[in-house]
Amino acid sequence: MRNTTLSLGFIPLVDAAPLIVAQEMGFASQEGLTLDLKRAPSWSSLRDMLSFGQVDAAHMLAPVPVAAALGLGNAGMALDAIMVTSINGNVIGVGKDLADHLVDQGHDFDFTDATKAGHALTAGRTTPLKIGVPFPFSMHAQLLFYWLNALGLPAPDHVEIKTVPPALMADALAAKEVDAFCVGEPWGSISVDQSQGSLLLPGSAIWQRAPEKVLAVRRNWADTETDLAQRLIRAIWRACQWLADPGSRLLTAELLARKAYLDRPTEIIDRALSGTFTVTPNGVQRHADEFLDFHTGAANFPWRSQAQWIAMQLALRVGLDQTHATKAAGTVFRSDIYRAALRGITPDLPGASSKLEGANAAWTSVASESGSLTLPPDRFFDGSIFDPSETTRLKNRQLS
Amino acid sequence: MPNTLSIVVVEADRDRALQIIDSLRAAGDHDIRVISETTGLARQIHQHNPDVVLIDIENPSRDMLEELALASGPQDRAVAMFVDQSQEGLSAAAIEAGVSAYVVGGMQPERVTPVLEAAIARFRLFQRMRAELAETKRALEERKVIDRAKGMIMKARGVTEDEAYALLRKTAMDQNRRMADVAEALVTAAGLLS
Repeated sequence: MRNTTLSLGFIPLVDAAPLIVAQEMGFASQEGLTLDLKRAPSWSSLRDMLSFGQVDAAHMLAPVPVAAALGLGNAGMALDAIMVTSINGNVIGVGKDLADHLVDQGHDFDFTDATKAGHALTAGRTTPLKIGVPFPFSMHAQLLFYWLNALGLPAPDHVEIKTVPPALMADALAAKEVDAFCVGEPWGSISVDQSQGSLLLPGSAIWQRAPEKVLAVRRNWADTETDLAQRLIRAIWRACQWLADPGSRLLTAELLARKAYLDRPTEIIDRALSGTFTVTPNGVQRHADEFLDFHTGAANFPWRSQAQWIAMQLALRVGLDQTHATKAAGTVFRSDIYRAALRGITPDLPGASSKLEGANAAWTSVASESGSLTLPPDRFFDGSIFDPSETTRLKNRQLS
Repeated sequence: MPNTLSIVVVEADRDRALQIIDSLRAAGDHDIRVISETTGLARQIHQHNPDVVLIDIENPSRDMLEELALASGPQDRAVAMFVDQSQEGLSAAAIEAGVSAYVVGGMQPERVTPVLEAAIARFRLFQRMRAELAETKRALEERKVIDRAKGMIMKARGVTEDEAYALLRKTAMDQNRRMADVAEALVTAAGLLS
């Protein structure tokens, strides 16, 4: 196998680990690949680097390729997600003023109960709550919209979601541009440290199984460079498997801390890897189970229903036709390429490419290509279940 | 004048901002404003209500512009990244040069093209200057460290400057390393041992 160099773009976040580990721990070279990792200054720049061919693949917010398929914020280029690289990993935090207000109200910062935290956050407010997110098309924004909508606090009357680059979140809190934020690690911990704020919830308290980052490529690249795409999937899949081993944690934090990658202290990086956070300025510790999952329970499988959930939420938010949106999104998560890459390597390839989202309260057995596999709990905080086929049926009923 | 565009340039560095303005002025009689403070960038841009926004691709605040694509009120004008579908590949050229342009919906591509071409030319110049500066700095640093290593060898082995240089070069060639790296290693090691 000839060695091929691929250039991959990433944003300096803990969940860029699968790309970094694939290169550093030799999983790429096992597939005859060298990954030239390029750190990008912003999500929009990374998306454009990918669209215009400056990189072959990129660490990407799961909603970006879906938004592109709906004609939202794209550069005119079709992007596909060939695998999911991480599940969950975001935190919701508040600035000092709001944290003080919550303490006065007796909120206990349990880091678990999304309903309680949501009501505490908005109780007695006369102006919309301003929440900063890294990008308009992100799981951060999607989770916030979903959460506050379900609590009967829809945007824009009750909440205003603003885009603020994570590195500038502490400044935005100080300037009162935002009251609260939802970001990926290490930025939640850094923002709390810098702003004297507090962490309120992990993203997993809203949805236990939110697809956070994907490996995105140009659609025409995925369809013409099939062999390379499959080798890349295998390299990153093995990196994810390695990351899921608790014994890898220490080394992962050291690797990510390097200057070329996150350039941050290992201690801050380890908070996300261990799921144990300092949530208040006086050092209260809270633990979140499954805070950031790189691999377990078929985590890397790009379910078409995940893309459809994102599309449906985006459509609701910006007023697009929901049936059309879920249909357009269905082909963006390429379970076909993923299957072809990993057949014979993992027994964990599900029989179906779409599933109910939010239906599992516990580990549940489903059919796989080679028998069965178990999928982890994936509940939404309000207990609702997303059935991708239902959106189409509902719409058809309304039309007839 | 119907061809006048209102342009916002997001740039914190005053000198760079002035140079960009000069280049754009040469491309037409446009109304140009500079935003140097990126706090609340989307809100600031909203107030100016421009036809075109230019921003350095390296600027992390660029993501704030993406939300302008989702116009929130009926009076708001949606702003989206400029993408040309033409053969010249102007968008790709802009990205390579390190600048991105956002334009309001319904803008004729022909009207934006001269502005974007001028901006691309200017940012290419910035890129070249940055590369030259980095290269000069590196060369200076390397010369300094090679000179120090040479001095150490002369003292330790009692040889002439030329002999010390020859020894450094031979070691570098034998080990298949750059002379500056060998010199750097020597200086670091000496620092540790002294």
